[in-house]
Amino acid sequence: MSISTQTLTLPDPLPLDGGGELAPVEIAYQTYGELDRDGSNAILLCHALTGDQHVASPHPVTGKPGWWERMVGPGRPIDTDRFHVICPNVIGSCMGSTGPASESPDGEPYAMRFPVITIRDMVRAHIGLLDALGIGRLHAVVGGSMGGMQALSLAANWPERTGHVLAIATTSRHSAQNIAFHELGRQAIMADPRWNQGDYYGGHSPDSGLAVARMAAHITYLSEEALTAKFGRNLQDREVKTFGFDADFQVESYLRYQGSGFTQRFDANSYLYITRAMDYFDLAEEHGGVLANAFRDTSARFCLVSFDSDWLYPTGESRHVVHALNAAGAPVSFVELGAPHGHDSFLLDIPALDRVVRGFLDG
Amino acid sequence: MAELRSDLAVIADHVEPGSRVLDIGCGDGALMGALRRQGCDVRGIEIDGDCVERCVSQGLSVVQGDADRDLADYPDRAFDYAILSQTLQTAARPDRMLDQLLRVGGRAIVSFPNFAHWRTRAELMFGGRMPVTNALPVSWYATDNIHHVTVRDFRDLAREKQARIEREWFFSAGRSIGRRGANLRAEFAVFELSQR
Repeated sequence: MSISTQTLTLPDPLPLDGGGELAPVEIAYQTYGELDRDGSNAILLCHALTGDQHVASPHPVTGKPGWWERMVGPGRPIDTDRFHVICPNVIGSCMGSTGPASESPDGEPYAMRFPVITIRDMVRAHIGLLDALGIGRLHAVVGGSMGGMQALSLAANWPERTGHVLAIATTSRHSAQNIAFHELGRQAIMADPRWNQGDYYGGHSPDSGLAVARMAAHITYLSEEALTAKFGRNLQDREVKTFGFDADFQVESYLRYQGSGFTQRFDANSYLYITRAMDYFDLAEEHGGVLANAFRDTSARFCLVSFDSDWLYPTGESRHVVHALNAAGAPVSFVELGAPHGHDSFLLDIPALDRVVRGFLDG
Repeated sequence: MAELRSDLAVIADHVEPGSRVLDIGCGDGALMGALRRQGCDVRGIEIDGDCVERCVSQGLSVVQGDADRDLADYPDRAFDYAILSQTLQTAARPDRMLDQLLRVGGRAIVSFPNFAHWRTRAELMFGGRMPVTNALPVSWYATDNIHHVTVRDFRDLAREKQARIEREWFFSAGRSIGRRGANLRAEFAVFELSQR
């Protein structure tokens, strides 16, 4: 099994939804499992906002296990003994694909000169990668959260390119509340003096702002029940409150740890660009305001999964997609799974999710 | 392969192979599996999440949802058959559900426990209590059956909806019986309807 990231430069400039094009475009990606001779067993795995291509192999910066190691691997629900899994880093990110930290044609980092991109632009880059790899039709495209948006976008815009679409804990459009939380994160980054209009490469990066952005976002990934079960009102390494602003509570300490850990592996400008792409995502708007029209030409089978404790992309959002797929006559499965953890459930140990993923990909 | 319940077996036997079928209240997918083996393009709706998970893990296309609400999403004539087995009597408005079945499917196949079966009548008449029988095994306070219906009621409803009864089957003690005296003798009934 290959575990080293590969990088491919797309042969052509990438046209962008916002106008203009991006060139050159480098895509960092990882593959697991062998591609069949007829190329029919490929699965495109799309990562979430702060995810990357290190799905089932250790992260090179943090050394932590891959983010979906429990789902992807030999004998796992996405079985790399049978499937050839390709996971590209999205454009705009900072793990090897072209993003704001990359060198622009003038030799300087793009920083805020990087074009604002969309989810569809990310998928267009994935399609460029698949073309370059000679993979015509995928067995499946799979993703959770922002990865699910990419999966739906691929099905809508390149319907001939996949046989199965598995979209977990996701939505067809960002709600006002989703946008609001992202704006909070962006403003935290931009309010950090070190952000310096995005021009901080080679100097001090805006870690304080990025950490606050991550802390706010992290709250949205967990259910209230999960936070209460994990931390309650417990104090951190102390018997009594300090009557100060130290991290008295365990939950404060945890969030601070999450925030600062995140700055070790993520670029603040990438966070701005990717959250913007998610906020702009509205699959119906791209298709004349009618979501069902997004799926008129698809012959793929769909499976949507939501979690009952996910308040970031609640079940109603998945149902909304399912209704559109029904109206378009597409074969669709949908299940709301019970899980206490909130949005992040898709990354955690939910045996029912394993069964659904395995069954859907095999069916 | 577990044997299909008798009403499901007769349904599976009479759906044209290769048809597009919507199975409403598909449970664990037993009928869907049989229809898929006949080359049908079959979809399901099921309210119970565990059942849906079992269906999806068999590769069946099943949406977790509430038929009372979600049937309205499907376009007209999206299917050749809309099948509602043992669910009509649980609907908030069985008449409106029948409208939806006839709208989304060219044919509607409906099965239900017959409340006018002699054993039910006897329990009510001589016991003076809501019947608990093989066909209606759950007590009045726990049953999902909120709109009990008889063979005669159903025929009336079909007439009111101007639906044509294409075929009908009746069952008692797991076996098919003739239509003579069905309203008294049948524990279960299956009707195939078409829109006139």
